[in-house]
Amino acid sequence: MSVIQRVLPPEPPPPALAAGWSASRIIGHLFLAIWIAGSVALFLFLVGSYDSQKMIQYGPGYLSGLWITLQLVIISVVLGAILSVPVALGRMSTNKVFGALAYVYVYFFRGTPLIAQLFLIYYGLGQFRGALETVGLWTFFREPWYCALFAFTLNTAAYQAEILRGAIASVPVGQHEGAAALGLPRNVTFRKIILPQAMMVALRPYGNEIILMIKGSAIVSIITVFDLMGETRRAFSRTFDFQTYLWAAVFYLLIVEALRNLWAVLERRLTRHLKR
Amino acid sequence: MLQALMTWLDPLCGTLGIFRLFPSDSLLACGDTGWGDEIASGVFVTVSLALATLPLGLFAGFMLALAKQSKEKSLRLAADIYTTIFRGLPELLTLFLVYYGAQIGLQNLLSAMGSSTTIEINAFLAGMVALGLVFSAYSSEVLVSAFHAIPNGQYEAGAALGLRRSTTMRRIIIPQLVRIALPGLGNLWMILLKETALVSVIGLADILRQTGIAARVTREAFMFFGLACLIYLVLAMLSSIVIHYIERWAGRDEART
Repeated sequence: MSVIQRVLPPEPPPPALAAGWSASRIIGHLFLAIWIAGSVALFLFLVGSYDSQKMIQYGPGYLSGLWITLQLVIISVVLGAILSVPVALGRMSTNKVFGALAYVYVYFFRGTPLIAQLFLIYYGLGQFRGALETVGLWTFFREPWYCALFAFTLNTAAYQAEILRGAIASVPVGQHEGAAALGLPRNVTFRKIILPQAMMVALRPYGNEIILMIKGSAIVSIITVFDLMGETRRAFSRTFDFQTYLWAAVFYLLIVEALRNLWAVLERRLTRHLKR
Repeated sequence: MLQALMTWLDPLCGTLGIFRLFPSDSLLACGDTGWGDEIASGVFVTVSLALATLPLGLFAGFMLALAKQSKEKSLRLAADIYTTIFRGLPELLTLFLVYYGAQIGLQNLLSAMGSSTTIEINAFLAGMVALGLVFSAYSSEVLVSAFHAIPNGQYEAGAALGLRRSTTMRRIIIPQLVRIALPGLGNLWMILLKETALVSVIGLADILRQTGIAARVTREAFMFFGLACLIYLVLAMLSSIVIHYIERWAGRDEART
């Protein structure tokens, strides 16, 4: 026991001060109260305007719309991932022609609104009906569903190519050099050394991209695809009941939050060796 | 005088405008025969909607970022709920919720007060509110991470100099915050510019709406929607040039290495 501890024996810390009602505390409680009141009002509104007739009539539509939305997002994200590989390679290649082509592609699809791209494909290609019929593609571009799928695939491929390129570029040069020093062939280096490290970096942006696609997919309702939003708009145009939109909001929030949490789990799992 | 100057300087349909390059009987001419002037007014609407939303969203985003930094738990929670909702909802749905929600809400309020006038919500205003809600949710996240990048010593130095908290914020923190947050905010601006296209769905005469009308009337859909995409691309390019200059201005007194 040192001298200082004999002279000044250790004391417990002073009791915490009672929290006063500071301005920020009042504002915080006020806003929380507004949120609580809002959610209670939402709940009461949804319960109060519960109408079994409408539920039977439009409920299944919502579920099928939800399924259409998920299908659209899953298929276009997977196809876009495949398409993004050559685009990302083009962006990274030293060949000027490939590089410029990939750059223009990515710049166009990232610089214009998705809804304008959708209109360009759905309405714009309809103008070339004769030409499309002769090559046998008209049955594809006639359907709003396929047009939406096509537009979304092209769009997400551009975004995913940039994610992929950024992730691969983020792997330090030393990793390439180390693999070369070990005498590994280039494809093994890429598959076993570069890609796993790049994927860790890319995981979060990929998750964000999927969420953006889910949210962006709502616009297909405008070209008469009956996804979740399309079913909502149909139900609203027939009933003029505002709860149709509130139900859609609940559904979208649930999907996005579920995906966000799933992604957080996935990220913890993949980076568990980095945790101290 | 000012009017004359404005028409002369108008980059699309002014005396030196791009659409003037087309012959007067072409589809893109300015005037009664062509669609140039309609599209030019659409560009004006799009740009003014984005510019009007920006200060609204930035201010709300800054307030949210401050709330997320607060020591007060309830304030943080309230701000987090806000971000969760407006980052999770599709922008189109937010727009419909604001547009029809305000319309139905006001209608009910008026009929409760005994009036029977029908209400039409201004599409520009609804778009501004909806896009502002989304923009503020995203920008608050950018600003929070920028706040985290500023070391605590900066606040302590301000306190040590005897500056008030508001002065510390204004003279020490915000100049650094702007520099750090600018790239993120620039991205959000690009997203905002593209999202304004959604407002055409509720009838605001923006680029997409005007080109859509032109496409339907002339049956030249590919040309007009391609033109719309091109205009958005040009707007994005112009924005990235402006953002570059703002970044250079904000970093003007940063130490050169």
